[in-house]
Amino acid sequence: MWAIFSILVENKPGILFAVTHMFRARNFNIDSIAVGITEDPKYSRMTITTVGDERQLAQIGKQLDKMIDTIEVHRLDEHKTVYRELAIFKIRVSGAEERMEVNNLINAFGAKAHDSRKDSVMAELTAAPEQIRAFEELARRFGIIEMARTGIAALQRSAS
Amino acid sequence: MVALEREGVREVFGLPGGANLPMYDEFHRCGIRHILVRHEQSAAHMADGYGRVSRRPGVCFATSGPGATNILTGIATAQADSAPMVAVTGQVPVHMIGKDAFQESDIMGMANPVVKYAFQPRTPEEVPLSVRKGFYIASSGRPGPVLIDIPKDVQSASAPMRLVGAFKMRGYHPWTEPDVQNVERAIETLIRSDRPIILAGGGAIISSAFAELQAVAEMLSIPVVTTFKGKGAFPENHPLSMGPIGMHGHAEANKIITEADCVLAIGTRFSDRSVGTFEDFESRRTIIHLDVDPAEIGKNQTTRVAVVGDVKASLRVMLTLLEKRKISQDEGGQWIRHAREMREYWHENLKTHPGELGAARILRALRQVLPPQSIVTTEVGQHQMWASLFFDVISPGTFFSSTGLGTMGWGFPAAIGAKVAKPNVPVVDIAGDGSFNMTENSLATSILEGIPVIVFLVNNYSLGMVAQWQRTFYNRRMVGVDQGRCPDYVKLAESYGAQGIRVHTLEELGAAIRAGLKSDVATVIDIPIDPEEDVLPFVAPGTPLTKMILPS
Repeated sequence: MWAIFSILVENKPGILFAVTHMFRARNFNIDSIAVGITEDPKYSRMTITTVGDERQLAQIGKQLDKMIDTIEVHRLDEHKTVYRELAIFKIRVSGAEERMEVNNLINAFGAKAHDSRKDSVMAELTAAPEQIRAFEELARRFGIIEMARTGIAALQRSAS
Repeated sequence: MVALEREGVREVFGLPGGANLPMYDEFHRCGIRHILVRHEQSAAHMADGYGRVSRRPGVCFATSGPGATNILTGIATAQADSAPMVAVTGQVPVHMIGKDAFQESDIMGMANPVVKYAFQPRTPEEVPLSVRKGFYIASSGRPGPVLIDIPKDVQSASAPMRLVGAFKMRGYHPWTEPDVQNVERAIETLIRSDRPIILAGGGAIISSAFAELQAVAEMLSIPVVTTFKGKGAFPENHPLSMGPIGMHGHAEANKIITEADCVLAIGTRFSDRSVGTFEDFESRRTIIHLDVDPAEIGKNQTTRVAVVGDVKASLRVMLTLLEKRKISQDEGGQWIRHAREMREYWHENLKTHPGELGAARILRALRQVLPPQSIVTTEVGQHQMWASLFFDVISPGTFFSSTGLGTMGWGFPAAIGAKVAKPNVPVVDIAGDGSFNMTENSLATSILEGIPVIVFLVNNYSLGMVAQWQRTFYNRRMVGVDQGRCPDYVKLAESYGAQGIRVHTLEELGAAIRAGLKSDVATVIDIPIDPEEDVLPFVAPGTPLTKMILPS
């Protein structure tokens, strides 16, 4: 089962190490992790995606909660959550025709093109992870020289 | 140091070095006693023993680099057994951190996985708050070790001392009020079961829930087993006591828990050593779990009912509710009769080593001579498991051991720490020769600081538990277990100025214990036993408690 944990933590050194180490020490896995400062600079928010069975996910939540520098730990319901990831691809292009095809792909996904060169173009895509995977799949046909993903940032929608 | 004094610290176990000299200089000015150790690991174990006995954090000091890494084993031991401790290490000056300076080690990084919390104050102003919070964290909720790593320049710089009163920690909520409805459900589940049992763990000892535990057991007439860490949470001479379960649990305890249909588990994390295999244990019975740490609920066992909160508080709520219901105890019930018969049977019929100095005999002799309120620590190995099997704890909360991490060398320094916490109570370390070797230089501390304890040395001239596994699982291919007759423990003790006595009969043993109880210096009683004696019963690792190997 896939899960997103949103963790509000004290913004001070060592927390990222402590949290990621807990995952390693307790034999859990991190799929992606994104960390950034919040509206209050005293706190940061970590968004961690992970995979496990119900017992493991419950344990992850409890072990995160137990840590003294974690202030709030929420397992987000993906259906009630806005979650996005940013990915940057450097795609190989050869010839004008292929360049047009790549540009069409970029437009179709609502991505942005950057750094157009003779034989490559960069695409910046902000989307849900499954769309990023889909884009990656299609871009592979041209050749992906390099890619970088940020991991998911997520916030739960307000209750109506 | 002023901050430490304000926490009520009277003793510090430690060893000075370059990076904690400014702190050490303060011992001249403050009223705290410094107890010098000969290896920092022992300082941590002494603080650990002090903490478990006094229920206030024991404090140990070490310098940076190797001093800090030496206390790591002690910190990990305290973490595994939830013992309150504050370890204070010196660190290289702030501007040198990260430069691979002399005696620099990233102790914050190394200790992180084995502490409850770690501080590294970067300015002198932060120190008092770190100390205040550190003591609070170490001793509240589920206790544990806290590290305070103080760079040398922070120690020597001066700042106006702003003492800390109240403070907030948004992410730390150590105590939860027990949910009354859940306690109700626990009672319902318990009284509806046919063959209930109480399993008391270390948490029952940490929260001193002795009276409450006994009252619940007696009110409902339920047999009580313990984990090894919970040994002595319930008086072992009580008619309802069945003793510890587990790998080397009592035969009657392992038998009765495998027959039970409902377990009231109090302050335990269901360690593999206690339950055999997780799957088998949880599939056979309904589990009610009382624990202060919510993360323990459901970690190793699926529970039917869980009550989160200090177990003493939870048991009090349970008692109040039980009193309201006016439940009468059913002393003549079939289950409790069965338990009693089983207890009697195994008390009479468990085969033990026939030798004059067989493990059962020497430990029963110790029990006979030792006053009930005496504190007992153990090392790790065969002697530890024999202590579990044959040494009955009568006064609750007087037995301590490195149960979680299983740290050889823990018992002797921990006994010294215990004696500092309770100077008027006899303290005995039940030791094996292999473990005692690891921290025997604490004899120097014991002698020079005038902290007399008894080392009850069960000497089989070998690493006995490993030898037993090689005999059992490796077809007697013995490797790396023979310690030879080295050292001579009587001479060793005497060379430190301690009393060394070698015994050959039970009578001599009794006399030696009595001599140790009267002595002003530490006493090492060398008890040569049969090196081939195994610890039995035995539940092999990875097998359920039903597959107990009994002595033949």
